[in-house]
Amino acid sequence: MQTIINSGPLILRGLLVTLQVSALVLFIGTIIGIGGGLALLYGAKPLRWLVRAYVDTLRGIPLLVLIFALFYGMPVLGLQVSAMTAAVVALSVFCGAHVSEIVRGGAMSISSGQTDAANALGLSFPQRLRYVILPQALRRVLPPWVNTAAEMVKASSLVSLVSVVDLMMSIQQIAGRTRETLLLYGVAALLYFLVNFSISMLGRRLEKRFAYS
Amino acid sequence: MYQFNWRPVFQNFDLLWKGLLLGIVMAIGALAIGVVIGLAGAFVRVYGPRWARLLVTAYVEFVRNIPLLLIIYFVYFGLPLIGIRFLDNLWSFVFALALYSGAYLIETFRAGLEAVNAGYIEAGTAVGLTRFQVARYITIPLMFRIVLPSLGNTLISLFKDTSLASAISVTELTYGAIRINVNTWRIIEVYTVVGLMYLATCYLIAGLLRLLERRFAMPH
Repeated sequence: MQTIINSGPLILRGLLVTLQVSALVLFIGTIIGIGGGLALLYGAKPLRWLVRAYVDTLRGIPLLVLIFALFYGMPVLGLQVSAMTAAVVALSVFCGAHVSEIVRGGAMSISSGQTDAANALGLSFPQRLRYVILPQALRRVLPPWVNTAAEMVKASSLVSLVSVVDLMMSIQQIAGRTRETLLLYGVAALLYFLVNFSISMLGRRLEKRFAYS
Repeated sequence: MYQFNWRPVFQNFDLLWKGLLLGIVMAIGALAIGVVIGLAGAFVRVYGPRWARLLVTAYVEFVRNIPLLLIIYFVYFGLPLIGIRFLDNLWSFVFALALYSGAYLIETFRAGLEAVNAGYIEAGTAVGLTRFQVARYITIPLMFRIVLPSLGNTLISLFKDTSLASAISVTELTYGAIRINVNTWRIIEVYTVVGLMYLATCYLIAGLLRLLERRFAMPH
């Protein structure tokens, strides 16, 4: 118990890094994903193929390989970046691919009658997106998106393997020093669980709020 | 301009293809154990007493909300401290992956069990089958055909997750990549080859599973 109290600040700092990385990755990944998803549905053919190749490639390669590739590879290409930057880029690109699929699925599930109706009203493509497709797609996209948020918190633990001191890394460091391994893993599990559980609770509330009445 | 040099990668290629095979074997092993956990858990969740249902739900919710890496460390570094040892790091990893996949498979099988048409089960009972026989000859075979696609997706995910075994020095594909990376410093080359190997294997598995699904699809 004394170990936990003594190393509390270190664990909290690790947790904070985990939260920051996850939030940043989710933010960038969502922006990529909205662009990617819309490109998959409405893009010109070459663009669509390009995004399709991006999404399918990223979904067929383990995230860890991507993280290692960027961590070791970016300096070779002349980009001197920190481990943190390399890891965040890798996670964001990965997250973007997943969100692209989610957005595509959400927008596609809006029945074509809606599009026809919007066309019949004379709405332009941006208006159609803004007033017809996106508001409805948002409701369908929200549950899997929240799920992705929780996945990203879990996935962010892989940054510890390129020496970023996130929650996982700080736990490993303290465990190596104090030998209170099981207790510390318990603490880590609890913290990860609490974060993800809060995310899914928040998701459920949002879902209820946005649900069709 | 970057000078490509693929030779160091192909000189060490046995490190990679052996790693790839090991990854596939570990994924299948973890899936096999995971299916046992999943089946048992799903039956408890659907038919079990209340306390057991709560226990299984707690396991599912807990495991699904913590990182796989933490489970791997827990099994590899933590369990030996309380006397639970595995033959080597490979078995330790397979067990961790099985624990992890078991939680997801319980949910998959539960959904599958609930999707089995109740009429079949009633019919089985009506012709005098025991509860065990109903499960053995009706519920489980039908459930497997329903969950086959998601079982396939789980296998692909597990195969990709075997990359995490490199964190505890299991000599699978990602570990091979790091070895070549550190020894030869042909970084772009090695990760290109390894990425393509993962990609090709994932699509190969997906293709094989599609054939299997077509063979066992539920007739409409």
